[in-house]
Amino acid sequence: MEKAKVRDAREMTPETHVDKTGAKIRAIATNVHYGDKHALKDVTLDIRAGEVTAFIGPSGCGKSTFLRCLNRMNDTIEGCRVSGTVTMDGEDIYDPRIDVVQLRARVGMVFQKPNPFPKSIYDNVAYGPRIHGLAANKDELDEIVVTSLEKAGLLAEVKDRMEAPGTGLSGGQQQRLCIARAIAVNPEVILMDEPCSALDPIATAKIEELIDELRENYTIVIVTHSMQQAARVSQRTAFFHLGELIEVGDTEQIFTNPGHKLTQGYITGRFG
Amino acid sequence: MPFSLLLLVLVGLAAMSYRFGTARARAVAPGRQSQLHSRPMYHGLYAAMWCGVPALLIATVWLMFQPVLVKGLVLGGLPESYSALSEARLNLIWNDIRNLATGDVVRAAPAPEIRDAADAFRRIHAIGDAALAVVCLVLAAVGARYALGKVSMSLRARNRVESVITVFLVASSLVAILTTVGIVLSLLFESLRFFAKVPPLEFLFGLHWSPQTALRADQVGSSGSFGAVPLFTGTLLISLISMCVAVPVGLMSAIYMSEYAHRKFRAVAKPLLEVLAGIPTVVYGFFAALTVAPFIRRMGEEIGLSVASESALAAGLVMGVMIIPFVSSISDDVINAVPQAMRDGAYALGATKSETIRNVIVPAALPGIVGGVLLAVSRAIGETMIVVMAAGLSANLTFNPLDAVTTVTVQIVTLLTGDQEFDSAKTLAAFALGLVLFCVTLGLNILALHVVRKYREQYE
Repeated sequence: MEKAKVRDAREMTPETHVDKTGAKIRAIATNVHYGDKHALKDVTLDIRAGEVTAFIGPSGCGKSTFLRCLNRMNDTIEGCRVSGTVTMDGEDIYDPRIDVVQLRARVGMVFQKPNPFPKSIYDNVAYGPRIHGLAANKDELDEIVVTSLEKAGLLAEVKDRMEAPGTGLSGGQQQRLCIARAIAVNPEVILMDEPCSALDPIATAKIEELIDELRENYTIVIVTHSMQQAARVSQRTAFFHLGELIEVGDTEQIFTNPGHKLTQGYITGRFG
Repeated sequence: MPFSLLLLVLVGLAAMSYRFGTARARAVAPGRQSQLHSRPMYHGLYAAMWCGVPALLIATVWLMFQPVLVKGLVLGGLPESYSALSEARLNLIWNDIRNLATGDVVRAAPAPEIRDAADAFRRIHAIGDAALAVVCLVLAAVGARYALGKVSMSLRARNRVESVITVFLVASSLVAILTTVGIVLSLLFESLRFFAKVPPLEFLFGLHWSPQTALRADQVGSSGSFGAVPLFTGTLLISLISMCVAVPVGLMSAIYMSEYAHRKFRAVAKPLLEVLAGIPTVVYGFFAALTVAPFIRRMGEEIGLSVASESALAAGLVMGVMIIPFVSSISDDVINAVPQAMRDGAYALGATKSETIRNVIVPAALPGIVGGVLLAVSRAIGETMIVVMAAGLSANLTFNPLDAVTTVTVQIVTLLTGDQEFDSAKTLAAFALGLVLFCVTLGLNILALHVVRKYREQYE
């Protein structure tokens, strides 16, 4: 029953799961403990569909931890406990009946450091579709790979060397390859954990441009240390501090008229 | 002065120089030690080195050349009639002289000129020892005096001490390298002597191995045939069987240990697995010969197969168990060295654990695993004790694992144990086999290191 539902959601075209009004992901009173450490305290937050939501805050404030709750990547960390409710399209993603493998196919992720597999560019992108059986034959797989690279803005640069190893690309190209790899599974949500922190300004600008284009089809959550980046790419911004969600609102409002002293202090550079 | 006493005195002198050196360095700069270029300790070491090193070098050189020198002098002092004797006869006489001089048992009633030579031997030795002692002590004193005289604020004692230490380090590493070179050369020369008797092609490609040769012309016995192919196939067969055991078991256990096992389980199980590597191979040998081989024989009889009581299978299986820790430990290390980012990347795409391991982790770790397996192969080829005890001695040219076979190492052992003549082809064959073994394992090790190194570069 659950499985069938997930399957359906995946087979929808990207456009259909963008609902400009409702919350795609809703976290209610979410807590995370790493062993004895209380890393995330009572976070309640809606992620709206079809928007870019940015998480900002000083290092160790819990923004990456919260991001990793949204596709249950915290499951892979030993000694990590998550409590509270996180729902996606109204389904509790921590429900034991939910298959975490299928959840992660719906919620893609891009990491801080580009981490292409030590395989060819083609195989990197084809990996997700292959394990999820998204392509019936070689032509369909080719099609998925080409479209994903196209959407990630990498196709022009790599179309003549699809068999070259992915690790041989430059840092910015590797990160776009990772984005293409995530897109290839046709997710509904893409989580990005400081995707530009290892990149130079030109590669960063390309990724930011790309995020803006991807917003058309995907719900995007981005963790960033750069407030300019948050202001440039996001529609909504959430400010975390010491494991707590201090404030969330429209990006423009957060940056021009923050409601909380801490937020104001952080964005004006008084601390953090 | 006996050499050990001389050594002790030199060490004492060096220690004293150290004390004087540090004391003098402190005295040169009273209360403003920070202005000394080197700490007082280095001035002390500098003095101790000047005192000890030249004297020890002279002593070492003397000890190396003393026997040759003394022999020349003593034999040169013998009457004219002796100089015409052959090398071998002269050596015998030299032995007599030495034995007589050191008071060991000698042949009855030595000739008077031998007696004189023994006296000369003793005299020369006494003079040599005394001269050595005097030279060493003078050198030590002069060296210490020189170094102590140089102690000053600006003496770069630390740099000089460190450069001497560097020389020591280089010398130490040379010891290992030179030993290897020496072993290779000795193998090579003995093998060349063998190949003078048996053509290399016959040795490498001959199909019949029966190294028994007649010792004397009138003896009954075969003339010996040295075709090593049965040994190579036997070695190959046993190595193959052992790798069939070690690679799957080792790899699977490495994957379990690094990816699935709980940290506490791993902390207990990994050392336990590595205990396997610590069991003496002779213990594996009698386990194979007394437990595994009869078991295989019984099992074979149950299903109607004839199994030799010493079978390649028994030796191979036990050797495989012995090698498991090599494969698993190296594989475990390289699997752990695959960055967590790779796993995260695969998990984030919705890969299951087994998909991640099969498609991402093992391929990324493969070069390292291959390197580990190659090292294990060279270990299997060179292993001796298990095969001596469990595989038998008959050089059958067969690929049937239920037959008795023999390996290169087993033959080397049998050729070289007991009383031997070192100029017969039978004995020299051992060196040729050793050379082949050395070349093969060296090649495998170089290949393995190359593969492992190539892998390491990938993530840096």
